[in-house]
Amino acid sequence: MALLEVDNLHTQFFTRQGVVKAVDGISFTVEAGKTLGIVGESGCGKSVTALSLMGLIPKPPARIVEGSVMFQGRDLTKLSERELEDVRGKEMAMIFQDPMTSLNPTLRIKTQITEVLDRHYGYSKDEAVKKAIELLEEVQIPRAAERLNDYPHRFSGGMRQRVMIAIALACNPKLLLADEPTTALDVTVQAEILDLLEELRREHDMGMIMITHDMGVIAETADEVAVMYAGQFVEQTETQELFDHPEHPYTEALLEALPQLEGEGIRHGRLRSIAGRPPDLILPPPGCRFAPRCPHASLGDGCAEQLPDLKPIRQGHLVRSRHPASQREAAVTA
Amino acid sequence: MSTNEALLQVRDLRKEFPVKSGFVIERVTHSVKAVDGVSFEIAEGRTLGLVGESGSGKSTTGYCILQLIKPTAGSIRFQGKELTELGREQMRKMRRELQIVFQDPYSSLDPRMTVGDIVAEPLEVHGVGGRRDRRARVRELLDVVGFNPDYSNRYPHEFSGGQRQRVGVARALALNPSLIVCDEPVSALDVSIQAQILNLLKDLQRDFGLTYLFISHDLAVVRSMSDDIAVMKDGKLVETGTADEVYEHPKHEYTRTLLTAVPVPDPKRMQERRVERRKLKHVLAET
Repeated sequence: MALLEVDNLHTQFFTRQGVVKAVDGISFTVEAGKTLGIVGESGCGKSVTALSLMGLIPKPPARIVEGSVMFQGRDLTKLSERELEDVRGKEMAMIFQDPMTSLNPTLRIKTQITEVLDRHYGYSKDEAVKKAIELLEEVQIPRAAERLNDYPHRFSGGMRQRVMIAIALACNPKLLLADEPTTALDVTVQAEILDLLEELRREHDMGMIMITHDMGVIAETADEVAVMYAGQFVEQTETQELFDHPEHPYTEALLEALPQLEGEGIRHGRLRSIAGRPPDLILPPPGCRFAPRCPHASLGDGCAEQLPDLKPIRQGHLVRSRHPASQREAAVTA
Repeated sequence: MSTNEALLQVRDLRKEFPVKSGFVIERVTHSVKAVDGVSFEIAEGRTLGLVGESGSGKSTTGYCILQLIKPTAGSIRFQGKELTELGREQMRKMRRELQIVFQDPYSSLDPRMTVGDIVAEPLEVHGVGGRRDRRARVRELLDVVGFNPDYSNRYPHEFSGGQRQRVGVARALALNPSLIVCDEPVSALDVSIQAQILNLLKDLQRDFGLTYLFISHDLAVVRSMSDDIAVMKDGKLVETGTADEVYEHPKHEYTRTLLTAVPVPDPKRMQERRVERRKLKHVLAET
């Protein structure tokens, strides 16, 4: 049995303007020791997905209206707030984008780490401090014992993210959710944090969900990937397969829109851009959500009328499109 | 101005920010060298990419060139004139030639002004044309940057980040400048929108013969825009050269560290790069 099995999850925000279908029927599994990457642009619903799993969506206005989140045999959507608190921070933990705002600026690092240990294990003060030092050492913060008494503002962005990771790891979680953990960091610091997460994932045999807008971070960290667009997964497969054979027109466009770091004649090339913008999630188009921006959709092919299913195009490769790349190629050669 | 002189020549540019301490009786205890002896030049019609991490001094360099902040020392020659010696009025005239596109299209446009007024403002300030001419010019500018001119009576908040950045570009173009400092112009934008703005900047450069100083922390973005590269660290340039030289054959350790740190969208390359990164880290640790 997989560590985490999410089935047909729907999270909606009930606002005065209407119901926002932020997460609209996504399913995936995460195995122990494996990383699932969820990639998409702003507003696609990737962060709401993470918050839904953690039971951290603001209620109201948001609510999980359908679907299940099976974690170690229990459906998290059915748990009371009390029961969830026992899971959160212990069995599954989360790190956020901005280490500047996700640590409490008025509390010493020591307090913020030992709090978790006290809540879940009831450690004594000495035990908790000892463990906190070990944790800071594990995330490679130099002079851990001294730094424990510092406030967050005394740490650089990268060091703060290490502190966040130490807090997340405090109870040895089975699953770690990382929501854009390196977006606010410089590239050399990002590389260090990603290397650290990779190391920790291997050592602790954790499952991980890496949420990012950056295809490079996906390539670096994920075993499997789900590409998210307008609240839905449009393509889901193994990472290598996604980069070698992207099928969905949106995935293809995203990859071609990326400026290249290596190669010749880059300066004189043009990037591919995607015209238009993602649909309104209050009243999404009835058909394929990407149809209005898709270069392959045409009148009368049904794209504008009917939402395609997310279905296998090959073994282990799901795509939600009437015009996947390999079928277009087959049509051209035929 | 001789024909082979570069449009912009920066020599030994320095900017120090005083650090004060003490309460009531404040005194300057030391200074931070944000820009510490930077020299480069940009020939007309070319793009120099200035890369570095946060705090490296790259934006400060850009602001010094535009005289938005006064450099502590150094020379900035633009179209053969020494900008640091110009009087207020002369500098004001010179600003028509030197423009900037800012990072954040959310905070760099005045929310109380319509899009049309935002683009028209530089024209008014410099007294270009009459009211009617200006309105026509604004429509033309918006059209050039791919923003529907019929929406010029609307306010910035009604538009997405990409559309707003088009407005920022139109405003920068209004006075027909020869040099535009692009300070992280796409950092706040999604990948697909980022591509639109980068393509737009390339088209404008080709069509109007613009010269760019392109400042960014994103090494891939800089590569796609630049003829030449300057890598900045702690206020100093550690490496300069053509884009191909610097990216394909980096000489300085720091440049190599930066380049191997970038996650590239290719899982196979990523494994190799991770190994390179480890090696480099060991080399650096030993030296």
